[in-house]
Amino acid sequence: MKFDVVIVGAGVTGAMLARNLSRYQLSVCLLEKENDVAMGASKANSGIVHGGYDPEPGTMKALLNTRGVALLYRAAEELNVPCIRNGSMVCAFSQAEEAHLEALLRRGAENNISGLSILSGDEARKIEPHLSGEVTKVLHVPNAGIISPYELTIAAVGNAMDNGVSLCRNFAVSAIAKTEEGFVVTAESGETVTGSYLVNCAGGNADKIAALAGDGFFTLIPRAGEYMLLDKAEGYKAKHTLFQCPSEKGKGILVSPTVHGNLLIGPTAIPVETENSRDTTPEGLAEVVELSLRTVPSVDTRQVITSFTGVRASEKSGDFILQESKTVPGLIHAAAIDSPGLTCCVAIAECLTALLAQAGLSLQEKESWDGTREDICAFREMKDSEKDAYIKENPAYGKIVCRCETVSEGEILRAIHQNPGARDIDGVKRRTRSGMGRCQGGFCGPYIMQLLSRELGIPMEQVTKSGEGSQMLIGELN
Amino acid sequence: MTNHDIVVVGGGPAGMAAAVAAYDAGCTDVVILEREPSIGGILMQCIHNGFGLHKLGQELTGPEYAAVYAKEVAKRGIKVYTETTVTKVTEEKEITAQNREGILKIKAKAVILAMGCRERSRGALNICGSRPAGVYSAGTAQKLVNCFGYQVGKKAVILGSGDIGLIMARRMSLEGAKVEAVCEVMPYSGGLTRNIVQCLEDFGIPLYLSTTVVRIHGEKRLEGVTIAQVDEKRQPVEGTQRYIPCDTLLLSVGLIPENELTRLAGIPIDPITNGAIVDENCQTAVPGIFACGNVLQVHDLVDYVSEEAERAGRAAACLTTDTQSIALETKAGYGVRYVIPQVIRSREAGAELFLRVTAPFGKVRFVVTDGEKVLHTAKRLKAAPGEMEKLTLKPEMLKAATGPITVSLEVMA
Repeated sequence: MKFDVVIVGAGVTGAMLARNLSRYQLSVCLLEKENDVAMGASKANSGIVHGGYDPEPGTMKALLNTRGVALLYRAAEELNVPCIRNGSMVCAFSQAEEAHLEALLRRGAENNISGLSILSGDEARKIEPHLSGEVTKVLHVPNAGIISPYELTIAAVGNAMDNGVSLCRNFAVSAIAKTEEGFVVTAESGETVTGSYLVNCAGGNADKIAALAGDGFFTLIPRAGEYMLLDKAEGYKAKHTLFQCPSEKGKGILVSPTVHGNLLIGPTAIPVETENSRDTTPEGLAEVVELSLRTVPSVDTRQVITSFTGVRASEKSGDFILQESKTVPGLIHAAAIDSPGLTCCVAIAECLTALLAQAGLSLQEKESWDGTREDICAFREMKDSEKDAYIKENPAYGKIVCRCETVSEGEILRAIHQNPGARDIDGVKRRTRSGMGRCQGGFCGPYIMQLLSRELGIPMEQVTKSGEGSQMLIGELN
Repeated sequence: MTNHDIVVVGGGPAGMAAAVAAYDAGCTDVVILEREPSIGGILMQCIHNGFGLHKLGQELTGPEYAAVYAKEVAKRGIKVYTETTVTKVTEEKEITAQNREGILKIKAKAVILAMGCRERSRGALNICGSRPAGVYSAGTAQKLVNCFGYQVGKKAVILGSGDIGLIMARRMSLEGAKVEAVCEVMPYSGGLTRNIVQCLEDFGIPLYLSTTVVRIHGEKRLEGVTIAQVDEKRQPVEGTQRYIPCDTLLLSVGLIPENELTRLAGIPIDPITNGAIVDENCQTAVPGIFACGNVLQVHDLVDYVSEEAERAGRAAACLTTDTQSIALETKAGYGVRYVIPQVIRSREAGAELFLRVTAPFGKVRFVVTDGEKVLHTAKRLKAAPGEMEKLTLKPEMLKAATGPITVSLEVMA
């Protein structure tokens, strides 16, 4: 298959680029090595829309963060992705840290961030009652927010597909050759895809993809971040996203509500060997507990429902790598997209689109383009009378499958069939929240396996948790 | 909005027994709302025997025990809504539920909560490591094996020696899997003695006490677990780690009453039992709302679930319970984890007290006191946290009681 643009990696960067390119009269293919989109850092991060006071002025990060916040809020609305502008606070516990807040305030001004202010500890506790009494001052960032990063990625890919973009899953790139035809990208399975332009959005593997394309000029340094997700019963302990000042004990352990009403605490920042080092560790989780209690002492960490690790794809310069290759024309890199990459994702997509145009790609807008996507889970927001009418039209919505999160069969069927359809249990979970509640899929798991088996036309033994090799069952009973 | 005298939320053993008892006590307008396609609850996946010895005088399998009650429900023409999930119960006893036909709104005179319990998950234990396929709660695996007809793995480790874990150790073995070990973090098993003998010893499966799983390995499917011994504070002891290759980890690490609806209705919950605070008729602090079965307290035997539910059903039918009457509080004393009911409202009827002990004991005596005054004592040859204890207080014992009624344990020589 020959495409105008081939994008490697269906994380939030590749997804937003695919969506942005779908406005134009182009053929676009998005390659993903996993069985679903958003399988790397895009599914395991803090889910924060950063205010923009933190990046060093003049960097790509500063530029794109300032521009990206409003763009992201707009995209979230168009794509019907859960997103709340809850504001954030950076907490100071000492005079030295108060000075750091002043520095952040000045940096924010340099980055053109408006609305920042410094509040006393007592003023902060008035609007954030569970905040530690030890907090002396906070930097208040009203424009910061929270978003569901994997739902954003799924929605952006879905919207891109609705507008004609192709998605190839389980396409683990093993070779890239530049020919007269363009970039011939070969998968481990032997499958090939050709593109006139190639955009490297491969997250933690972007350095390997760059090397395969003959332009391996950078090396990523993977850093793991461990998180704990607490029950919704703890969700009320923080309204804002609460950061600490960087210190020798670590930086950036936050306490934050999630868009779904849970409480998220983490992340650590531990150098790891590879992008796949996603184990949680006793030391890491102990650090998460200790440091989050410093911000909000009343957090009951026994209310944990799951813990997970995300791996950041950082680079030594500390800034994003967004550029056309100096040696391979037509190859564009979007690499080292660590924090605030999620906040910047729409701005990064714009930037990459401009780089493609500079490299010679012709951008002719389509006559019609629909940038909106319906919410799979709109049903649960309805009033009872609306639900009743909807169920009478669509009886599957009447049957609750996941009791903890109240997810109906109708929503699960939709998750399986709406672009990009869920192919495994975790895919259904990320789209509908089934199995994300207190029982962690104990009750609904077997039923979701049945639905996947029936809808995908595969035997139960072939149903996986997250792609090939993660089969749930080993066979029928003898 | 439709009206019914009694709405029973959940058609498991508690819901069925409560509905039947309410009907027999004279309330014929009873409905059961059940989320699964049929009534019976978790009993339907418990295909092993051992149910009903106490209550029915015969040894039945789970589905057989459920069938006894389902038949009684049907005989009385009690209306059962299946595949119907209750999403809300209010203090005013208005129930919202949904099924494939739409949204149901029911106004009831009395509500009996019988939603059962759920298993504690891996996430709640915070076991470190990766997140592969092959980590199941024991009940989920039981459902897949017994109801769906699939084998979940070939080589298993089971964490937790609760009854479901023990039963599944045997079940997996019978289906050809090798169960490498059952690990129990406590220095004693939480399961029934008969299950340790019949499910582990008879199959040569080792039980490692004071041992837990500290790490999960494997990227896609589980490849192994690291186990370690723990100290008195349940912290892993350095140097005792051992890797066991396996493709399946079953968790049988505790049951939690499913009280989301109860909390929504504003009903106070006991932090020890995780169930509603109730009086001797299983009535919660909200008059007319009752709770029984595993949603109230996790039982060891279904027979006791049925008995408790019958009490709730009869009381709901009569609705004679005067919630304003003077209440005697109950308290757990030495060696006792909790006492249910937490409140006794009627001195005239006497009361049955249910409790669990805090640790395994040999020969003990339970002492029930009202202030300084001893009301009742009962001896046991042994007592274990896995087994529920019942003490019966006769009306004359309560006649002059002023409360609180304290149950404590004395170790006997």
